[in-house]
Amino acid sequence: MNGNYTEKWYMKSGNEGDVVISTRIRLARNLRSYPFPNRMSQPQRQQCDEKIRDALLNGNSALANHFEYLGTNDMSEAEIISLVERHLISPEFARQTDGKLLLMDDESVSIMLNEEDHIRLQVMRPGLDLDGAYETADKIDTLLDEQLPYAFDDKLGYLTQCPTNLGTGMRASVMLHLPALQEKGIIPQLANTVSKLGLTIRGLYGEGSEPKGSIYQLSNQVTLGISEKAAITNLMGITKQVIAQERSYRENMKNDIRTVDAICRSYGILSTARILSGDEFMRLISNVRLGVAMGIIEDINLDTISWLLISAQAGMITAKEGHSLDAAQRDIKRASLVRNTIKS
Amino acid sequence: MLCEHCGKNQANTHVKRVINGKVYEAMLCPECAAKMGFGSLTGTLNLGSLLGSTFTEAFKDAMLPMSDQIVCPECGATFNDIAQDGKVGCAKCYEIFYDRLLPSLQRIHGKTNHTGKLPRSAGIQAKQRNELDRLREDLAKAIEAQEYEKAAQIRDNIRELEKKEGE
Repeated sequence: MNGNYTEKWYMKSGNEGDVVISTRIRLARNLRSYPFPNRMSQPQRQQCDEKIRDALLNGNSALANHFEYLGTNDMSEAEIISLVERHLISPEFARQTDGKLLLMDDESVSIMLNEEDHIRLQVMRPGLDLDGAYETADKIDTLLDEQLPYAFDDKLGYLTQCPTNLGTGMRASVMLHLPALQEKGIIPQLANTVSKLGLTIRGLYGEGSEPKGSIYQLSNQVTLGISEKAAITNLMGITKQVIAQERSYRENMKNDIRTVDAICRSYGILSTARILSGDEFMRLISNVRLGVAMGIIEDINLDTISWLLISAQAGMITAKEGHSLDAAQRDIKRASLVRNTIKS
Repeated sequence: MLCEHCGKNQANTHVKRVINGKVYEAMLCPECAAKMGFGSLTGTLNLGSLLGSTFTEAFKDAMLPMSDQIVCPECGATFNDIAQDGKVGCAKCYEIFYDRLLPSLQRIHGKTNHTGKLPRSAGIQAKQRNELDRLREDLAKAIEAQEYEKAAQIRDNIRELEKKEGE
């Protein structure tokens, strides 16, 4: 699966890239003729996997050539974890025995089969691009709908295993880098506000009050009684407000010599360290990302940081190495990857 | 009767669970029931059980009478199975247990009628309803842009569709 050299979606930053790392649209779909995954037998699961695979790969769309059908049984543990790190599969799916997925060559589209629903289609885009991501998801969904009888009810919409996804089955989310709002302790207040607007914000890496890398995920909560378009417009509006707020706090931080010092020191360590733990990397790269976004660091750009944020994760490093590494070995590999990337 | 789990307190909660077709039943006191995750909101961060607990109201009502024996003919799930882990068994379950699921859906989403994309398999009524929603949106836009001729045309289309829906 690492054999082709198609450029991956996470090698670039996108619109509003100073604050928005990426956008994701996820659609949950089920087939009418099978029970939901929790109540499926093994033969049913296999049949269902194959039906969905064939619908996509044997369809008449040009898209088919860009997809590959993969099974986690054929992968090493590190390769499976690296899929989670690239946001292509969920941690729950990673724990499943022989999970099947359809993966697009640039890794911007992945379809998990028989995770919580028969079909979990997700599209990733760098930066803020809800419309673009939805357009692609919608297109692939329509393609599958032509071949597969979906479970649908006129009143309840697309039927899903968990009633929280009923209706559109769509979860739209934006990954935000919010170091300034976190530093100022604004996040709990923000979480409170967005929850009243039908959205939810949570840390992407770790749930605590200070998630690693100050990276948060803002997404819609309600899926029934609100159209895809309305949900996206709503999320877009609030995302823009959060971006504006983060930027204004950053503006104030610009004149604080301690902040600038912390950013520059972080850059110094990342570009010279010989050993880097995962936690230390996340803390430092967050500072450096802020520095690049604020124009304090000019030697590297946001594209490089987007790529590093994925490539320096534990599973990615181990999978690239091709054999297992202990934590100490991994930390050395990580430091060298980061150093070489920054130098080049 | 006394709780079948601790044997000390008065039992007032009847729990029933079907695992692989085998029925497990017990009379429990509220404390033990809560410890075992039946109808407790605390002590769990698992979304599935949290969701299950939003069903508790309906769940309790369904528990008390012993008549709760409706089983989904397609997947074999009972309402209690669904209430327990917040996961619905199959598409048919939504039809069979619709009335009992509705209050929870209202609580989760605030609304209980789908609007948005429709698959091929959607009924004609849903398709008409969607078309109406779309036209009403267009109408609002046309009025806002002061394109009154266009607005009048859209309004006529809406009336026509509404007439069809009423038939």
